[in-house]
Amino acid sequence: MAVELMKGNVALAEAAIRAGVEAYFGYPITPQTELLEHMAKRMPELGRAFVQAESEVAAINMVYGAACTGARAMTSSSSPGISLMQEGFSYIAGSEVPCVVVDIMRGGPGLGNIQPSQSDYFQVTRSAGHGDYHAIVLAPASVQEAIDLMVEAFDLADEYRHLVFVVADGLIGQMMEPAELPAMKPIRRPRGDWALTGADGREKNIITSLELNAPDLEELNNRLQAKLAHIREHEQRSTEMLTGDARLIVVGYGTSGRIAETAVKQARREGMKVGLFRPISLWPFPEKRLSALADQVGAFLVVEMNAGQMLDDVRLAAGGQVPVTFYGRTGGMVPMPEEIYDEIVTQYNKLTTSAV
Amino acid sequence: MHEEIIFAGFGGQGVLFAGQLLAYCALAEEKHVTWIPSYGPEMRGGTANCTVVVSDEAIGSPVSQHPSIAVVFNNPSLEKYEEPVKPGGLLVVNESLTVAPPTRTDIEIVRLPATALASELGDTRMTNMILFGALLARRPLVQVATVEEILIEKLGARKAHLQEANLRALARGLELGVAQHA
Amino acid sequence: MATTAMVEEKVVYQRPESLESIPTHYCPGCTHGVAHRLVAEVLDELGVRERTIGVSPVGCSVFAYKYFNTDGAEAAHGRAPAMATGIKRIMPDRVVFTYQGDGDLAAIGIAEIVHAATRGENFTTIFINNAIYGMTGGQMAPTTLPGQRTTSSPVGRDVELTGFPIRMAELLSGAPGAAYVVRRSLHNVKEINRAKRAIKTAFEVQLAGLGFSMVELLSACPTGWKVTPPEAMDWIEQQMVPYYPLGDYKIADGVEQLAKRR
Repeated sequence: MAVELMKGNVALAEAAIRAGVEAYFGYPITPQTELLEHMAKRMPELGRAFVQAESEVAAINMVYGAACTGARAMTSSSSPGISLMQEGFSYIAGSEVPCVVVDIMRGGPGLGNIQPSQSDYFQVTRSAGHGDYHAIVLAPASVQEAIDLMVEAFDLADEYRHLVFVVADGLIGQMMEPAELPAMKPIRRPRGDWALTGADGREKNIITSLELNAPDLEELNNRLQAKLAHIREHEQRSTEMLTGDARLIVVGYGTSGRIAETAVKQARREGMKVGLFRPISLWPFPEKRLSALADQVGAFLVVEMNAGQMLDDVRLAAGGQVPVTFYGRTGGMVPMPEEIYDEIVTQYNKLTTSAV
Repeated sequence: MHEEIIFAGFGGQGVLFAGQLLAYCALAEEKHVTWIPSYGPEMRGGTANCTVVVSDEAIGSPVSQHPSIAVVFNNPSLEKYEEPVKPGGLLVVNESLTVAPPTRTDIEIVRLPATALASELGDTRMTNMILFGALLARRPLVQVATVEEILIEKLGARKAHLQEANLRALARGLELGVAQHA
Repeated sequence: MATTAMVEEKVVYQRPESLESIPTHYCPGCTHGVAHRLVAEVLDELGVRERTIGVSPVGCSVFAYKYFNTDGAEAAHGRAPAMATGIKRIMPDRVVFTYQGDGDLAAIGIAEIVHAATRGENFTTIFINNAIYGMTGGQMAPTTLPGQRTTSSPVGRDVELTGFPIRMAELLSGAPGAAYVVRRSLHNVKEINRAKRAIKTAFEVQLAGLGFSMVELLSACPTGWKVTPPEAMDWIEQQMVPYYPLGDYKIADGVEQLAKRR
């Protein structure tokens, strides 16, 4: 495979195809529409399922249906559409069928705008639908990482029979960057023994999230929680830069993490001991590594394109050991490296003065 | 080498394409590159801009508050992007569609009547190639030969008849960019 | 002792294989059981049980997947047609059906059913119209008749305030992708037999790949209507049938030939 210049949305779509997605259902919404458009062209060419649904509500329920057959199925949307899909997410999580959802986040609340944002962090990591569960959430910071995580998302979904999000923002969705696609994987066969394929020569299979008997539903929840505990233990992902001797660590994911990288490098050039920690899995949050870092740094600075959402997770992981401060932009505004740099200087100076 | 370039103008002036062309050339020369467009409703006939970062090293931020180069295709873009250019940076201005000349004295400025020149060459849509040529004259971000090769590739068979004119526009821009420097 | 001739026994009635041998939760006099049995008999007769996937709704028939002896899924309220779309698009050689009530299909899920029909999704919908929300305790449905008392229209449905009941068969007959859309009733034996024939045709339409098929069944809800089961049957005939005329609303090209072949 060759390195090509690819737009994030197109790269995500083609990566899903290479990962063997058999069905895509979606509804147009900026800034993710190129993903749907790429699927509209490619899926029929490959003899795979593509339906432009009448709404995001219908789209996610089509995904639910296709996923029930054991096929790799996905949808994509942007923030307002993700809100509409919450019903489906919950049923999918409750009935434990694998699927992948891409959220190219935009500014909110409400209709908001179409500019880049990270304001769905709570929605996807905390409450992607009613009930008591977390989805797995992966957040790429580049087009190449978007491709790699897209493929991984399908593997994780299958492994855990769970809902997996790949979340980026309008900037990554619209950005072109050199990246390399993986080879085409064969469509997965045979289907899981739980899948709805017709009760031919076996007992019938049922896929449901309904359990009226409270003790039985509690047992189902316990099983779900055990699975999530396992995921939490084994699937934390993050990357870091210059953290070894850092006194201040900037924490950011996706676009804000990437922009912060430039600011951190500048701070290093100015002699400040500053590092970068970039969570790749937003759920499970990479709390183990961050907790370990909390033992060695003076403070964390969280940078997000929202009013402070991952901030809560960083505080929890830091466990009150060190100060956690925040710098964010909202409404579709993207923080510039200079702004983050200025904030680094402010926070770093506090550390050096308090150390006296 | 690390340059942050903003191309800005009206939708339809080939602003996004100019940026993409640079990105494709950078990739062909195995440089690190990112390209980000302004997107959404403002693209439909309104202003358009894109940010290209070209670097010898892995790129952190793909956005830039203070670009090292701005290529402005019209007056609103000049008003918006003259001020943020880094001291010592480069401003390429389409004189045909701007009112007053830029006033900065701490940056390099290239002014050329790109739209009028493109019209002389037969099509105002080649404004972008003239400005691109002037940019390359001052900042050899990529080889001219690479640009020619990629330009031909991107025009494709469907627009093959536009090859020669575009190459001439590029050459004209290069020539004038060098001339102004002299 | 009289001569005992060996009379060959002939099974004239038995539980269809496509129906589970378990008690249902349906109320006495409810016609869901009849509708379930008709669908199961048809699946048996067509020999498709082993390749059938049913999608249950939210409403009284939420547990339909327990009663049908086929693979089954339980959809979110109103979303069965979307789910069935996803299933059928992946497995076009399987027989896929949704079983939906009036709140599910005609209120919260009207977008899903209209668009599934419009796209000509090749699955079958069994639509139970009993003019009420049964499961939640008898509230006004989109199909509740003018003047009908329910717990949310306590003095009778006032069409000035609530609008008119919706006629789904007529509505969906306008969808170009719909191949077979009919209305039948379950209020007496003759109508039940006609309903079964329609259900069979609907599944045959799917097997022939002709497009979307739906059988709307006027059904009884004695509990919700607060009447006895026999009164409920009369009420269907006297009150519902005049508003919801029985008949064939969409018979696409090719459907007649299917019936003849049989």
